[in-house]
Amino acid sequence: MQLKILTLHNNQLLTISVERRKFVSKTLLATMIGALGTDIVFGKLLPLDYVPLAFQDPDPFKMFQIDPEMVVLNEKPWNIEAKAHMLDDKITPNKFMFVRNNGIIPENIDLANWSLTIDGESVIKSKTYSLTELKSKFKTYTYQLLLECGGNGRSEFDPPAKGNQWTVGAVSCASWTGVRLRDVLEDAGIKKNAVYIGYHATDLHLSRDPGKEPISRGVPISKALQDETLLAYQMNGKDIPLVHGHPLRLVAGGWPASVSGKWINRISIRNKVHDGEKMEGSSYRMPCKPIAPGENVPDEAMCIIESMPVKSIITYPKSGAMLPKGKKLKIRGHAWAGELQVAEMHYSIDYGATWTSCPVEKPVNRLAWQHFSADISLPQEGYYEVWAKATDSRGVSQPMLLPGWNPKGYLNNACHRIAIKIT
Amino acid sequence: MKEPTYWKRSRGAYRILIIISALMVIISVAALFFFTDDTGTEEDNTPSNKEYTTIPTTNDDPNTIIDGIHVRTGLVEAEGLMAVVTNCTTCHSAQLVIQNRMDRDRWIATIRWMQKTQNLWGLGDNEAVIVNYLVTNYPPINKGRRQALSQVEWYELKE
Repeated sequence: MQLKILTLHNNQLLTISVERRKFVSKTLLATMIGALGTDIVFGKLLPLDYVPLAFQDPDPFKMFQIDPEMVVLNEKPWNIEAKAHMLDDKITPNKFMFVRNNGIIPENIDLANWSLTIDGESVIKSKTYSLTELKSKFKTYTYQLLLECGGNGRSEFDPPAKGNQWTVGAVSCASWTGVRLRDVLEDAGIKKNAVYIGYHATDLHLSRDPGKEPISRGVPISKALQDETLLAYQMNGKDIPLVHGHPLRLVAGGWPASVSGKWINRISIRNKVHDGEKMEGSSYRMPCKPIAPGENVPDEAMCIIESMPVKSIITYPKSGAMLPKGKKLKIRGHAWAGELQVAEMHYSIDYGATWTSCPVEKPVNRLAWQHFSADISLPQEGYYEVWAKATDSRGVSQPMLLPGWNPKGYLNNACHRIAIKIT
Repeated sequence: MKEPTYWKRSRGAYRILIIISALMVIISVAALFFFTDDTGTEEDNTPSNKEYTTIPTTNDDPNTIIDGIHVRTGLVEAEGLMAVVTNCTTCHSAQLVIQNRMDRDRWIATIRWMQKTQNLWGLGDNEAVIVNYLVTNYPPINKGRRQALSQVEWYELKE
């Protein structure tokens, strides 16, 4: 089994997790045999297509059809990230797409009876659509959209910030197909006093309390009405995988990916800032005024994160490359800037003492990541680090050190770097 | 209409029953094989002992500890372990605990947040035990403004 657990401070964990896997599968087998012994009596009462939970494959790589090198941070709820070199594709394939969950993935999806309701204080007439109606009534659009977890890079904060300790791989740019949220909202009618939209979905709270939502976030009405904000039903040209929100996902590129709600069945047009689960407290919010590392911030001094900051990642080569002296080092990667564009790209081989500019392509559409590449000459034998730095269209660059500390460790857009040896 | 469905479903059940029986037979044969092998002569025992250690032993104890780690959860064995396993890993995995490094005040604040919003129950006397376990075994580590690159896996770059 290749289950990997984040090994930040304890190498032992890796071995232990493998042992633990074996142990769990063994206990599972025993349980299954035991459970089946009693189940058989009621066998004829079970629906024909019923698969007992015990038979569902607990291997996340098979279950979610993701690459076995993806890193599992948490298995309840499931949270899995990519490594930098796995994000080399211009369009992130399903197998390298990070998995972020706040609750339990829905256990039954009834496509025939799935519906989306538009309601809220600021809807003119509440309406409900079946999936077929959504797909036939509204025009279809496809965009490549950048989705980055607000907590991507959290693992670097000091003092440590609370939550899953994402390193660099909670980011993706897949191709999303669906209808414009704007078209659907306008079909139901938006009152003049509309401020925000909030989504509701069918995932379960970790406590399995049906009265609680694991997450219900949203965006200001202006973001909801953008051309690129989709109610998507396809990812990379096929039905969205269950773990990424099948059958319907809200996709709002360039903002913390938590606003791109999965398994959506209701969107409320609100006359105030949406107050759903994970909209308040320290969730997806930053101190409105900068604070010292570790400082306490009262809830009322926290502000909701909107556009993500400028950032980039070197996806080729994988960190740790050794090459002979005289050979040029080719690097490439992606850069993005939330609602803005990346205007310039630089790299440094001397820890920021000098920076060299390199070409960065225009985005294929607004809110898609942009690709950069460079051929680098490294002057002599030895150890180097290549640091990459993107600058957005307003002239704001990535910091080399960690940006402002915050209680949940959001928005770490410090420069990415890789290690290189010339031999 | 009813009868064929019933028959179809029972057929499914029988099929599972046959598979289970087959599994049982295989397991019994395997058990017999290992059992008889175990009763070999003394001179056989020495070399085969080495092999035995690589065969996973059946273990139904959910609280097995190996090398100071609680195998089922990955948590460190220390005072308060079972209070943490019982109260903290019902809703979320222990990986969420192990990843996080906090001081006493922030662990308590996290517990309060879970009680207020996430249906965590009152912990009573266990709260002190749990918080002690967490701050003792998973204390914050100083990382500074930026850590050095570590755990680099070196390889020859082709192409």
